[in-house]
Amino acid sequence: MNTTAPKYDEALNNYYQKIAEAATEDMVLNMGPQHPSTHGVLRLELITDGEIVKEVIPHIGYLHRCFEKHAESLTYQQTIPFTDRLDYLASMNNSHAFVMGVERMMGIDKDIPKRIEYIRVLVCELNRIASHLIAIGTYGIDIGAFTPFLWCFRDREHIMGMLEWASGSRMLYNYIWVGGLFYDLPVGFEERCSEFITYFKPKMVELNQLLTDNQVFISRTANVGVLPLDVAINYGCSGPMLRGSGLKWDLRRIDNYSVYPELEFDVPIGKGEMGTVGDCWDRYKVRVDEIEQSVKMVEQCLSRLQNELKRTPDFDPRSKMPRKITPKAQDYYVRCEGAKGELGFYFMADGRSEIPTRVKCRAPSFNNLSVLPELAKGVMIADMIAIVGSIDFVLGEVDR
Amino acid sequence: MSFEEIKSLLVDKFGVGVITGEETGGLQPALLIAPDRIADVCLELRNNPLTYFDFLSSITGVDYGVEANRFGVVYHLASIPYQTQLTLKVSVENTRDLNDLPTFPSITSVYRTADWHERETYDLLGIFFENHPDLRRILLPDDWEGFPLRKDYKAAEYYKGIKVD
Repeated sequence: MNTTAPKYDEALNNYYQKIAEAATEDMVLNMGPQHPSTHGVLRLELITDGEIVKEVIPHIGYLHRCFEKHAESLTYQQTIPFTDRLDYLASMNNSHAFVMGVERMMGIDKDIPKRIEYIRVLVCELNRIASHLIAIGTYGIDIGAFTPFLWCFRDREHIMGMLEWASGSRMLYNYIWVGGLFYDLPVGFEERCSEFITYFKPKMVELNQLLTDNQVFISRTANVGVLPLDVAINYGCSGPMLRGSGLKWDLRRIDNYSVYPELEFDVPIGKGEMGTVGDCWDRYKVRVDEIEQSVKMVEQCLSRLQNELKRTPDFDPRSKMPRKITPKAQDYYVRCEGAKGELGFYFMADGRSEIPTRVKCRAPSFNNLSVLPELAKGVMIADMIAIVGSIDFVLGEVDR
Repeated sequence: MSFEEIKSLLVDKFGVGVITGEETGGLQPALLIAPDRIADVCLELRNNPLTYFDFLSSITGVDYGVEANRFGVVYHLASIPYQTQLTLKVSVENTRDLNDLPTFPSITSVYRTADWHERETYDLLGIFFENHPDLRRILLPDDWEGFPLRKDYKAAEYYKGIKVD
């Protein structure tokens, strides 16, 4: 048994009692951890009154892999593969954030060659497209539309193939390293990527016709799960969740990190076109619009990588890599815009060792999911599925 | 508002004792706050129209090492209208007795997102938050023993009678 004093178990006993009482008057329904619409191993305990959800108690942690404990016993470079496994649908974005934090602590972030920065942003945006395609496809399946899922996965497969070509792995890349890259892009990558963009653009139009303007889809998502802006901010929601509620808040624009200030793109926000601002349809639409913006960014990166930042035979993507990564003693919190929202890493370095004393990962999905009990109060069970799908969390990141 | 201005604003409002120090060595300066005032400080920083730190980015629990016997919590605040960031730190000495966990006031009444962050801190580091509405373990099972992110944590040999390799 626990050796801690009784006051530390008080909350747990209250919870047991609440469930016991609810079981006699209402019905306690378990959704998950193996439920297909929970997108991973998430268990939702619903206290229901007929078809109405009175309360939701999320239980997470089934995929906890001790990221922070591992990071405390490995060097910075060795931790990068672990960051890939946080949000495994957008691994590039994770390692980009982590690497950026370490580079800033080392004071070498200004020395990184432009070509490397552009390659980083290129692969990150490709990965963001892939992640949003999954979000859209699986959301369609949750609502009952099977075709968009197949279409999205078909298009995502092209991105997976390209990133595999560059890094050697399909999902967990370990491609972005502190001070450089694993390798330069393979010869012909830029051309194949341009071909993909030409192929992909009309596919998005098709997808919009199939799903975005679909009346059944709109009826299921518009005016459902409305998240007001003040609630979203108070719950620490970020990314498409926050923008869906109508706030232009994109860290790529706010913090202007990497080469994003040189790129032209808009920040799409929810406008309540089909219902209320901040409903499920708005969140979905923000993701669709973001894909368009990412495509725009990929095009700009490609044109620069093919012209002024062309590959040269003597270009070495590892030339700026430090031999030993020992930042001076300090704390640093780095944040950047991952595919799901504000992705942050907090480092505590003691200045002597190559191993950080503490690493904390601020996962966007963790915060976005925490608003679910608020969103799902008093909704129908069927709408619950629509709300859970619209949050677009990845359990690997929630549980870390 | 600059770091110095925020500091004098807090001193004017709560008195000199509220700020116990500052760290300005690194890239991001941090304010050390008296542990029992952290909830008031956060509320003031959020509601004051001059600072308006309305977004809590993250809460990190820290174990400062086996010899130091110190536990701390780091708060990262962000202001959406002003696009600024601020780091607050609190820390307290503790003997690592499992019947007497390091305790801080909860800031769930100021930021709702602190709810899960504080649960996680309690779960992994054994830092207790007073007045938290529902301080249960979140990532680990309810019957887990010990707090894994503590520096003196030893992995258990058995879990529910099953040998752990």
